[in-house]
Amino acid sequence: MRKYHDEITRVAGAVVEVTARGVAYEDLAVLDTRLGTSLAQVIRVEGDHVTLQVFAGTQGVSTIDRIRFLGRPMQVPFTKNLLGRIFDGSGKPRDGRCELHDDVIDVGGPSVNPVIRRMPDKMVRTGIPMIDVFNTLVESQKLPIFAPAGEPYNRLLSRIGLQADADVIVLGGIGLRHDDYLMFRKAFEEHGVLHRTIMFVHTASEPTVEALLVPDLALAVGEAFALQKNRVLVLLSDMTAFSDALKEVAITMEQIPSNRGYPGDLYSQLAKRYEKAVDFEHSGSLTVLSVTTMPGDDVTHPVPDNTGYITEGQLYLRGGRIEPFGSLSRLKQRVNGKTRDDHRAIMDACIQLYAACLEAREKRSMGFEMSPWDSKLLSYGERFEKQIMDLSVDISLESALDTCWGILSACFEPAETGILRRIAERHWPAEKPAEAV
Amino acid sequence: MSETGRIAAVFGNMVTAHVDTFAVLNSVAYCRRRDGTRLLAEIIRISGDAVDLQVFEETRGLRVGDPVELTGNLVEAQLGPGLLGRIYDGLQNPLPELAAKHGTHLLPGRYLPPLDPQTTWRFTPSASVGQKLRAGGALGHVTEHVFEHPICVPFGWRGSWTVEAITSPGDYGCDARVAVLRGEEDIRREATLCQRWPVKVPLCVCDERLLPTEPLVTKIRIVDTLFPVVKGGTYCIPGPFGAGKTVLQHITSRHAEIDVVVIAACGERAGEVVELLREFPELTDPRDGQSLMKRTIIICNTSSMPVAAREASVYTAVTLAEYYRQMGLNVLLLADSTSRWAQALRELSGRLEEIPGEEAFPAYLESRIANFYERAGAIRLHDGRVGSLTIGGTVSPAGGNFEEPVTQGTLKVVGAFHGLSRARSDARRYPAIDPIESWSTYEGIISQEARVRAVRLLKDGNEIKQMMAVVGEEGTGIDDFATMLAAELFDAVFLQQNAFDDVDAASDASRQRLVFDKVFELIDAQLVLDNKEHARAVFVQATEMFKHWNYEAPQTPGFDQALAEIDDFIGRGGRTL
Repeated sequence: MRKYHDEITRVAGAVVEVTARGVAYEDLAVLDTRLGTSLAQVIRVEGDHVTLQVFAGTQGVSTIDRIRFLGRPMQVPFTKNLLGRIFDGSGKPRDGRCELHDDVIDVGGPSVNPVIRRMPDKMVRTGIPMIDVFNTLVESQKLPIFAPAGEPYNRLLSRIGLQADADVIVLGGIGLRHDDYLMFRKAFEEHGVLHRTIMFVHTASEPTVEALLVPDLALAVGEAFALQKNRVLVLLSDMTAFSDALKEVAITMEQIPSNRGYPGDLYSQLAKRYEKAVDFEHSGSLTVLSVTTMPGDDVTHPVPDNTGYITEGQLYLRGGRIEPFGSLSRLKQRVNGKTRDDHRAIMDACIQLYAACLEAREKRSMGFEMSPWDSKLLSYGERFEKQIMDLSVDISLESALDTCWGILSACFEPAETGILRRIAERHWPAEKPAEAV
Repeated sequence: MSETGRIAAVFGNMVTAHVDTFAVLNSVAYCRRRDGTRLLAEIIRISGDAVDLQVFEETRGLRVGDPVELTGNLVEAQLGPGLLGRIYDGLQNPLPELAAKHGTHLLPGRYLPPLDPQTTWRFTPSASVGQKLRAGGALGHVTEHVFEHPICVPFGWRGSWTVEAITSPGDYGCDARVAVLRGEEDIRREATLCQRWPVKVPLCVCDERLLPTEPLVTKIRIVDTLFPVVKGGTYCIPGPFGAGKTVLQHITSRHAEIDVVVIAACGERAGEVVELLREFPELTDPRDGQSLMKRTIIICNTSSMPVAAREASVYTAVTLAEYYRQMGLNVLLLADSTSRWAQALRELSGRLEEIPGEEAFPAYLESRIANFYERAGAIRLHDGRVGSLTIGGTVSPAGGNFEEPVTQGTLKVVGAFHGLSRARSDARRYPAIDPIESWSTYEGIISQEARVRAVRLLKDGNEIKQMMAVVGEEGTGIDDFATMLAAELFDAVFLQQNAFDDVDAASDASRQRLVFDKVFELIDAQLVLDNKEHARAVFVQATEMFKHWNYEAPQTPGFDQALAEIDDFIGRGGRTL
């Protein structure tokens, strides 16, 4: 049964208030205006006042426009036909092909019971030493890339995404620049994975509030595929744009902001999305890689800060490199004990020495005399940056470990590296590499 | 129960209802969705015939006019044998049983009893007919895990009770009647193996509260030696993300020398809980050789589960912990993270349109935090036994800045502060407890003088290092330089500990004392240091030897050999042969 309600009593920001009865919380509605139709969702009911957020924005809404309640929450079709398709932020086709109406599933459903999760233990190889060696990516991990504006974060995201070799890739673009959207599409085409990719893309030119649906759509579809024993990878870029959309609605609703205008439930809202990452016992898995741009390169900004508390680590992208400090994969311990016996030792030693090298550089820049130890550290740092940290390096984990041993033996005595004796004895290269002499 | 009210408004997890009967603050109510699903809620404000409810589920699908049922019961925990080894959500729903019955997702409105009524326990009565008992007085006991689990007169029963009948020894389910008691004014009540207790009311039936003094050995060197915790004390672990709060809590829950551990995973990652669920049954408790899971209760309300239940989860956890303290056991409650609980309060307060305090947290935040930590403590029970409840909570301050309401509110009421620092975790110095900032008001496993000396050394080393950044190495004297190296040595081989190595992860008290004394023996020894470069080489070698020693299991030839090597090194004054 369709109900029409004509009494729009208030329009402010992306929110409208109407008089209606019998409307359920979080139900969906359609708003017809002179500029077209838009989806809207109930975000508050009070007596017969119903407040809705309008995904296409409220531009051109008049008090005589009609609202039609659909009597159901947000849903998305889920079939094999989704593969290879591109949709916009409200789930409408963006690729000029037909709309899908088959087997719908609810969006933003309940959370998974923790006891049916299995412990993640499958390493995802990316060919990037800063990830494979130092911050190993694990299937079902939720990992954001923290980056200030201007860094090549979307290229890094698509590169990891493609090398991860998933059964299904779901891209959720939130406030994506049109160029980046085309870049993703081109990359997927070139690698021949477009036929197992689904894209939900909201670009920066579209109404802000429409961005709110993208993560939920992408994750709902991803979860459904994972429950059919697929290894699913969901890419979300950029979650800061998503948070800003949340902020916009919260402010319009006159909620008391907690920090820099963001609503108090920012943590819960982000967690609800990221926690969809899961490795199901006896079924597939869902891995979430995202981008969180850091306004002003400030990690204490509420969005990266809350994200860091939710996700299983983070990769800092700065100066075109993955920063060794601050970058962290919380799940690396699950897998790096099983790769090679020297993996953990190299991981710890190389970072500790690189930290010491930066201290030595600071000393040098202040004009202090360099001790022999400082000189060793400086030479180590240079090699490490060139052979390991550089993003263009694309080698397997094993050769990356060997490269690290080569660098260490070229610069230090075994005891100076702080590596356990029994490990160093086994792996220390017998001869110094020729270039070190 | 019949419906007693109707929904008037829905906003987030808050529902306003008009009721036509009396309402009890903090009592349980159910909102009934049109499809018949009943959503659990708590009354948190009453004004006239309107009540505000916080719903412990997603409120999707509720409509104005939908019925509300009031029960009049407070939010309660069920207490009795069979809690150990269980995994509950914040409202004490058993999660594995929910998964078995309702599948992969936590669907709203699905609840199960916390204690399975089908499980039977061998009850041995100890009270006799005619005996007078007070609340908490033992009627008998059952055996749970390795403990004698007393079955007592429910803690909420006031006054004196006379035993009128008591069953013979035998197997009983937790709902079965085991005794009939007569109270004052001839009221008769029946006692079962289990009882209920409102989670927000402290459960503490005792003769007196004691000053906690006995160290709680966590087997983490920096904690036990420098910033100790005692049985019945409180401590907090604030730290930015990625500094290792949760890892620290996990290794504490695993290695701490304690009878029962309650873990409240409050608003944190589900994956971390899964780690506990999968690992604990595999690990054994060195004290009794049984599975570690058998001494553990996990209360799990992860970040994607409904927010209101997050607040309840902390209280549920502390109530279960207090219940085991009533048996004269030493209980440790680890809450991770109290900030998420505070955020849940903030969300709710915002929806109630209360006047916000700092960073939009409610004005009553500090008193709530204080009330929570005050539920810890060592107590002497009526029968003379002593039980303790230790509470350790993590705090996740926004931006890693400790000058925020939750950290500050917590620091005021705890006995020890383990502040994690980003600088230490970035440099991979784990556990990243900052030895300069942290403090503890408790006595630890080494003498006060030794502790002061170690902290002094670290502070001196730190000052020299900072000075060296200004005047350079060449402007620093060899003595100062050696002090700095000594502080670095102590940091590297004693404060830092590898949580992922089987041996190094847990260091018992005697080993800690041995390593501590040995490090200072080396520092006090007359080391021959020719120049700074040589001094560095000597300490590099010493560090390597101690580290090697740390990784050797005690009572092995490798351990003795490593120790002999160090003794030899000290004897030679650090000279090479």
